[in-house]
Amino acid sequence: MTKKSILQVNEVSLSFGGVKALKNVSFNSEEKSILAIIGPNGAGKSSLLNVINGVYKPQQGEIIFKNTVWKNVIPFQAAQSGISRTFQNIALFKGMSVLENILTGRSLKMRAGLLSQGFYFGACSREEIEHREVVEQIIDFLQIQHIRKTPVGRLPYGLQKRVELARALAAEPELLLLDEPMAGMNVEEKEDMSRFILDVNEEYGTSVVLIEHDMGVVMDISDKIVVLDYGQKIGEGTPNEIKNNQRVIDAYLGVSD
Amino acid sequence: MFYREAGQFKKSYKEDQAILPILQDKIGVVVILLIAFVAIPILASDYWLTAILIPFLVFSLAALGLNLLTGYAGQLSLGTAAFMAVGAFAAYNFELRLPYMPALVSFVLAGLTTAIVGIAFGIPSLRIRGFYLAVATLAAQFFIPWLLVKVGWFTNYSSSGVITTQPIEILGFVFDSPAKRYFLVLSIVAFLALVAKNLVRSNLGRAWMAVRDMDVAAEVIGIKIMRTKLIAFGVSSFYCGVAGALYAYAYLGSVEPDGFNLDLSFRILFMIIIGGIGSIMGSFLGAAFITLLPIFLDIVINEGAEILNLKLAAGVTSIMQLLVFGGLIIFFLIVEPLGLARLWQIAKEKLRLWPFPH
Repeated sequence: MTKKSILQVNEVSLSFGGVKALKNVSFNSEEKSILAIIGPNGAGKSSLLNVINGVYKPQQGEIIFKNTVWKNVIPFQAAQSGISRTFQNIALFKGMSVLENILTGRSLKMRAGLLSQGFYFGACSREEIEHREVVEQIIDFLQIQHIRKTPVGRLPYGLQKRVELARALAAEPELLLLDEPMAGMNVEEKEDMSRFILDVNEEYGTSVVLIEHDMGVVMDISDKIVVLDYGQKIGEGTPNEIKNNQRVIDAYLGVSD
Repeated sequence: MFYREAGQFKKSYKEDQAILPILQDKIGVVVILLIAFVAIPILASDYWLTAILIPFLVFSLAALGLNLLTGYAGQLSLGTAAFMAVGAFAAYNFELRLPYMPALVSFVLAGLTTAIVGIAFGIPSLRIRGFYLAVATLAAQFFIPWLLVKVGWFTNYSSSGVITTQPIEILGFVFDSPAKRYFLVLSIVAFLALVAKNLVRSNLGRAWMAVRDMDVAAEVIGIKIMRTKLIAFGVSSFYCGVAGALYAYAYLGSVEPDGFNLDLSFRILFMIIIGGIGSIMGSFLGAAFITLLPIFLDIVINEGAEILNLKLAAGVTSIMQLLVFGGLIIFFLIVEPLGLARLWQIAKEKLRLWPFPH
């Protein structure tokens, strides 16, 4: 039985002036699955992620998320309908503590008005505590209790990545986009991060689309892999299929002719 | 040894999220409020109240307003004095045209008027940022005083453009002595400072800081950038407007549009730079530094000259004062670019361990 797809990318093309970042890229991602996008540098992976949550506007093509067709989505709509993401270069709010950063991830769910917030009374103080409870669960889940009050600027790189994941999870997304969640980490940190991604996927049923360069990790955790090269999709399939795909091997290793 | 939170356990998130989670801070704030509300009105002379403390409080409020916009929401503004002018003249006109209105209501309405003007001048921030935005707010700084002079209605057709404020009256009670005016200003400033603190520790404040630190990430999380920035302009201008009204009513008594010039805007900007960008307390420290230091230097230089038996030529004192003042600003910015508030924070962290090394 085929599973329902949560995200479908249809014939998406994106160019910056003369540079074609994406050319007719299509794929779909099933509900509760982990999909990895791989490809050499400059293949258009991050651009693709940016198209999915509306940071870039594709010239052609459409995104179908949970059966809704989007032509020109803006990031706010994407966030509202349940997509959250992390960035390749950590995009945390440097001046805030870990706790505040993660709480920011819940801002869409906060309703208190200006006056209520000004007096910290009624809806506002109630909400702050409710959301704090959810955030604390995420903090427990990602094992970052010890740093909850630390300003994020003071944290080491690996923990910053983890805080960014926490912030994305705080929105209780249905689709999580991760842009190189393990870049620059050592083996142990990569193992931790892989475990968190698998746990998120299993426990919360969140679908994950991730970009990653570490092939070991990609092969281990993903259900499906999409390979991009020069803005075009050159392969799609399970890890095993990709391993034996001649075009993918050529793109990575070069062709001798 | 004394500033230590050991043994103070928090049993709920509510306790953990209190404004002052540490007992020593609570005691400190109570002491400061007691001094401000009880000791100073009893002990301070009229000169101290009118020439030093009231302006200090008024400037603190304006700096606080600017700090919400620049320090928390990251939008640079050079129009603070213009927004203060809007507040002052709005309050004047509300009092003039609706004479039975309590002063407090006029101040609030003046703040709201300024908020609307502020939002209008904040619209360019949706497209431009940083220095370019500062130049756009400069437009407000030149346009608003010009408009207030040009359209006679605002100044009630006063030929010189100078307005003399009505007595501050709330339901028959007239604030006619410096101590009463000080009390009124202090109450308003303390209340608005509390509101500001609440705003920055709740969702709106986090949204402001998110927009300031990384606007793309903020947008992706679902923060409406446009709305957040405009609310920042609105709230900030409200504070500046109330500060402007108090500047006219409680401090000077008569003001003219040209008094709210770029110089004043820069003074307030310096206050938040020296006090601490993105800190409520920094606004007060910065205002204290800029308003009190010149007076202090004046005394030191004059006394010093007397002790050393030097005869200073007229004007030398004021020039020396400017020199030292400028030097100190540069010194502070090099030593601690994040301002006095950061120095205080470092001191607190050190105090937590003192006198033990670990």
